[in-house]
Amino acid sequence: MIEARNLTKIFRDSKRGEIRGADQVSFRVEPGTIYGLLGANGAGKTTTLRMLGTLLRPTSGSAKVAGFDVASEPDRVRAQIGFLAASTALYARLTAREMIAYFGRLNGMDERGLRARIGVLSEELDMGAFLDRRCEKLSTGMKQKTSIARTLVHDPQVMIFDEPTLGLDVMTARAIVQFVRECRGRGKTVIYSTHVMSEAEKLCDRVGIIHEGALKAEGTLAELRERTGEADLEECFVKIVAPGARP
Amino acid sequence: MNGRTIATVYLKELKDTLRDRRTLISMIVGPALFMPGLIFGMGKAATVIVSKAREEIPRVMLISGEDSPGIRAELEKSGKFRLEPASADWKQQISEKKVRAAAEIPPGFEKALRDGAAPAVTLYDYQGELKSGLALEQLRNFFTALRERSTAKLLADRGLPATIARPFEVKEANVAPPEKVGGNLLGGIVPYFIIFLSLIGAMYPALDLAAGEKERGTMETLLCSPAARTDIVLGKFLMVLTGSLFAVFSAVASLGATLFLVVSSAGPAAKGDPGLFSIDPMGIFGVLAMVLPVAVLFSAVLFALALFAKSLKEAQSYVTPLTFLVVVPVAIGVLPGIELNFRLALVPILNVSLVCKEMLSGVWHWGYIGVIFGSTALYAALALGLCVKMFRSEGVIFRT
Repeated sequence: MIEARNLTKIFRDSKRGEIRGADQVSFRVEPGTIYGLLGANGAGKTTTLRMLGTLLRPTSGSAKVAGFDVASEPDRVRAQIGFLAASTALYARLTAREMIAYFGRLNGMDERGLRARIGVLSEELDMGAFLDRRCEKLSTGMKQKTSIARTLVHDPQVMIFDEPTLGLDVMTARAIVQFVRECRGRGKTVIYSTHVMSEAEKLCDRVGIIHEGALKAEGTLAELRERTGEADLEECFVKIVAPGARP
Repeated sequence: MNGRTIATVYLKELKDTLRDRRTLISMIVGPALFMPGLIFGMGKAATVIVSKAREEIPRVMLISGEDSPGIRAELEKSGKFRLEPASADWKQQISEKKVRAAAEIPPGFEKALRDGAAPAVTLYDYQGELKSGLALEQLRNFFTALRERSTAKLLADRGLPATIARPFEVKEANVAPPEKVGGNLLGGIVPYFIIFLSLIGAMYPALDLAAGEKERGTMETLLCSPAARTDIVLGKFLMVLTGSLFAVFSAVASLGATLFLVVSSAGPAAKGDPGLFSIDPMGIFGVLAMVLPVAVLFSAVLFALALFAKSLKEAQSYVTPLTFLVVVPVAIGVLPGIELNFRLALVPILNVSLVCKEMLSGVWHWGYIGVIFGSTALYAALALGLCVKMFRSEGVIFRT
């Protein structure tokens, strides 16, 4: 489970002054559900997810991931999560197998368990043909599969996806979406950030709309439609983030 | 701190680095070829150039001295000079290397010589030009020999013994063992290159493991793992240090192998007089021990700079001035006449350069060695502490 309470992140910039990357963001994600964090570029999605992934420390507020506090127990939080983002790249000179094994070892897995786990993941993700090929030689789809295997190697309870389909072709993006669904099917707690409305409609059980660092609205797709009186999610989004719109 | 995690990060970085051709060149191949290439390659080139220059019979000009034909005849007879006809533009001809040197014979030189007067011969050369210098040397030798012959004749004419002008001889003899001679000759240059190579060896791994990872997006991937930040930074730092030490050891090993080959191939004559090619092994061990904290210091400083940078390009712009900062104190240490004292023993890099020079020439100031090792280790520990602090700072890692 993920529970965020008034999560706030303030960046200080010598030129622009104080910037609120996330402002009093609160939400809750239950196991076996997908929570969509919907927002335009620069809205605060990545900042929020980086705080949940303990990559950034909240300026104020708190969050618990799988029962561990992100500020006081960051190492234990990271042991419970799989973090996949467009910006999380692979080591070009390692093979797919070495990449997965490296993160397994960093998660404290023993060699025997690791070998078995790589075997399972390789089969599930159909990676047998390229498992021993260097990442720099892999196609985009193969790289994504390797990244997925990397996030799953320690079988985390919580999955955090930060715009994972950004810049991917249709087929690879579909595979990712399918994988996210499977995570939900396995009872994992999933948070998924995107600015692609169709992805949110296809995947998410609940959606939080984030704009200028603040969570403007939250609910199921049906609740958001009812609240805005719009059938199309894109129209819902525009109405919610429009200047002067009621939170 | 978790030793297993540090080892995991280190071994991954080692594997990754060994697969990178550019790093291998900067860590092993470059240093292995650099020192023998520089010392022996340049030495060989210099020997060839000088011996070729010596083989050449220099063109020289006698300015005036028409009333002293004997001098001209002796110069020609010696076979060591090609005499050019006197010309008013002799200075121009020396500058344009048409003539290598000139000798100005004063009017009535031979007569003055017979009368026991002391006429002055002036020799001209183009200072800094090798062949001109060699021609000058030949002329100097000729006139010195002529002076000695004249002195002997004047003394003999007066019935005096030749020893009156040379009442005693001065002889020189070396008491330093061959390894000390070699240490003194190589002592200046070897520490210079070893210290410099410990910087070069750490440079590429530091840039790649910090700024390079940020640029390629793998840093964020790594930070998503549960590994503690301190363990990650220590694992990476150890790899940078490995790069530095690899460079030093490849350079020393290749230098040792080259020395061995040179001495072996030079035959028994060279073995009997090792001179330049003998260094006290204790001196080499001393240098390697002193370089260890320097390598830690360089690795930590380079890693800190590369961590701060957002990209490889930015990191390179920080590292280039650092190279100059290192070269200057090391070069000062090589200068003759600079001697180690307590104040200099606290100046980073310069202190190591100076003490290494001493150790290679067989001088062991244990007090200074202790101060230098301790102070360098302290600077290195502070720099490593800074790395750890920086790696834990999200302002540095996610700097935009």
